Amino acid sequence: MFLLTAVPGALVFLILFGLVEKSRGVFAVKSIAGVLFGTAWHPLRGEFGLLPFLLGTLWVTLAAMLIAGPVSLLTAVYLSEYAPRKVRETAKPVVDLLAGIPSVVYGVWGVLMVVPLVRAAAPFFGATSSGYSVLAGAIVLAIMVFPTIIHVALEVFAAVPQALRDASLALGATKWETVKHVVLRKGRPGIIAAVVLGLSRAFGETMAVLMVVGNVARIPRSLFDSAYPLPALIANNYGEMMSIPLYDSALMLAALVLFAIVFVFNIGARAVLVRAERKAE
Amino acid sequence: MGFRRRKTEEAVFRVLMGGATAVVAGSLLLILGTVVVKGLPALDLAMITQTPKGGYYLGKEGGILNAIVGSLALAGGATLLALVLSLPVVLYLNIFRRRDSRFAVLTRFALDVLWGVPSIVYGAFGFILMVFLGLRASLLAGIIAVSLLELPIMARAMDEVVRLVPGALKDASYSLGATKLETAFKVIVRQTLPGIVTAVLIAFGRGIGDAASVIFTAGFTDRVPTSLLEPAATLPLAIFYQLGTPVPEVQRRAYASAAVLTLLVLAISLAARFLGRKLTKNTIR
Repeated sequence: MFLLTAVPGALVFLILFGLVEKSRGVFAVKSIAGVLFGTAWHPLRGEFGLLPFLLGTLWVTLAAMLIAGPVSLLTAVYLSEYAPRKVRETAKPVVDLLAGIPSVVYGVWGVLMVVPLVRAAAPFFGATSSGYSVLAGAIVLAIMVFPTIIHVALEVFAAVPQALRDASLALGATKWETVKHVVLRKGRPGIIAAVVLGLSRAFGETMAVLMVVGNVARIPRSLFDSAYPLPALIANNYGEMMSIPLYDSALMLAALVLFAIVFVFNIGARAVLVRAERKAE
Repeated sequence: MGFRRRKTEEAVFRVLMGGATAVVAGSLLLILGTVVVKGLPALDLAMITQTPKGGYYLGKEGGILNAIVGSLALAGGATLLALVLSLPVVLYLNIFRRRDSRFAVLTRFALDVLWGVPSIVYGAFGFILMVFLGLRASLLAGIIAVSLLELPIMARAMDEVVRLVPGALKDASYSLGATKLETAFKVIVRQTLPGIVTAVLIAFGRGIGDAASVIFTAGFTDRVPTSLLEPAATLPLAIFYQLGTPVPEVQRRAYASAAVLTLLVLAISLAARFLGRKLTKNTIR
């Protein structure tokens, strides 16, 4: 049992080791900076610049979080502080149920509704768009992470002692002032953790984004441009990667980058939580 | 700040919150509604009882039985493997180690990291592992990749319930002369059975819906797999490929397949909730 329990820890290192080992091939020929910050992606000519994909991921994820963060936090505040008990008790399991919908299904919906919507909306912003765009990816992604953020935020708000709220209300604060100065302040580390969890879910999401984001290997200039995020790059090129030299190595590097960023997020979120716990003691 | 301004701020945020909640509820309803409205009319018996015939992806007849069976076999195998791995891990962490021991803290941290690892990375790592083991894209390789994906989901969910077992229950077991191992498997597992079943079903639901981890490892085929070493089709990939064809008839089948997958996953979630409440026969309160 001790050995089995060592498996999760070992697995982290094994994934890291495996990906590093496989992606080393590309570094034998190129510099690290040349690959990570190169903009040319021509596998046949041996050019593997990952920057368009990194920026594609960044754009889509950031735009998604700008939508999902405020919307899910406001929803969580409403459900936890304002909604009648009955609404709250029905909403919770529904939120969890929705967290389980497969990403492919979100993708299908995105193709059916979001992509045409973005295409139709683009002219109003002086842009033309096929609809397959950063914005479409961001909208689909935002909806996918609603349940994750709301679930964690609800737990965080529920952990704020009722007595604190009562004290604030007794001092004459309005309900919103109580939320702003007591609930949100007390729950801040938890809220950060909730958003980071949503962020890391959004960040590595593959299928749903791949289906609506257009997959053009160029740095996106606007929300209506197509993008090509890292996970989509990996998923789309599985077929060809073994037939072109160094291609597989470059794709494994892309996976390594995803892994490394998620790892850093986790450590960051943990540090915030630990510091908050110390403060609370 | 004047009273009126405070009231206005309250009202503004109330409206914002109401709006946000409506957006969340609306979009989620919209997704389910779209899948059902678009999917159910295209769904017929042949879809779920036949494998793709020649020219299926051009609009000829057939169904997605290959993907349904493939997905169930793949997620089933992966869930079993993940359970065999994660149950001992969770019991060991909670019974044999103190919460604050360095080993327990590190293992929980590792599980957190693994929980956040994108499924496409498990796909890539599964592919490396597959090549290393000399396997081809097959049901077995897919099972391994998906079980890695499910391991942290299952282990964390189980850990949440096992850590809530009252210390007194363990003490009672020890005082009757039971060893730690007996306590773990005969007392703790029984006490937490509903939670464990829920954890297993949640992991199964995630496994069956995931596409990115199986692209590299399970392959795709029109036949129902008959051995672990054959490639296996999966529902998410079947949806993806059908949607990618230019034929409207096949695209409609993609919607139908999406409806099948969604209903399957929702049924699993509901079963998880239901069993979580029902299986309390051996639970001591």
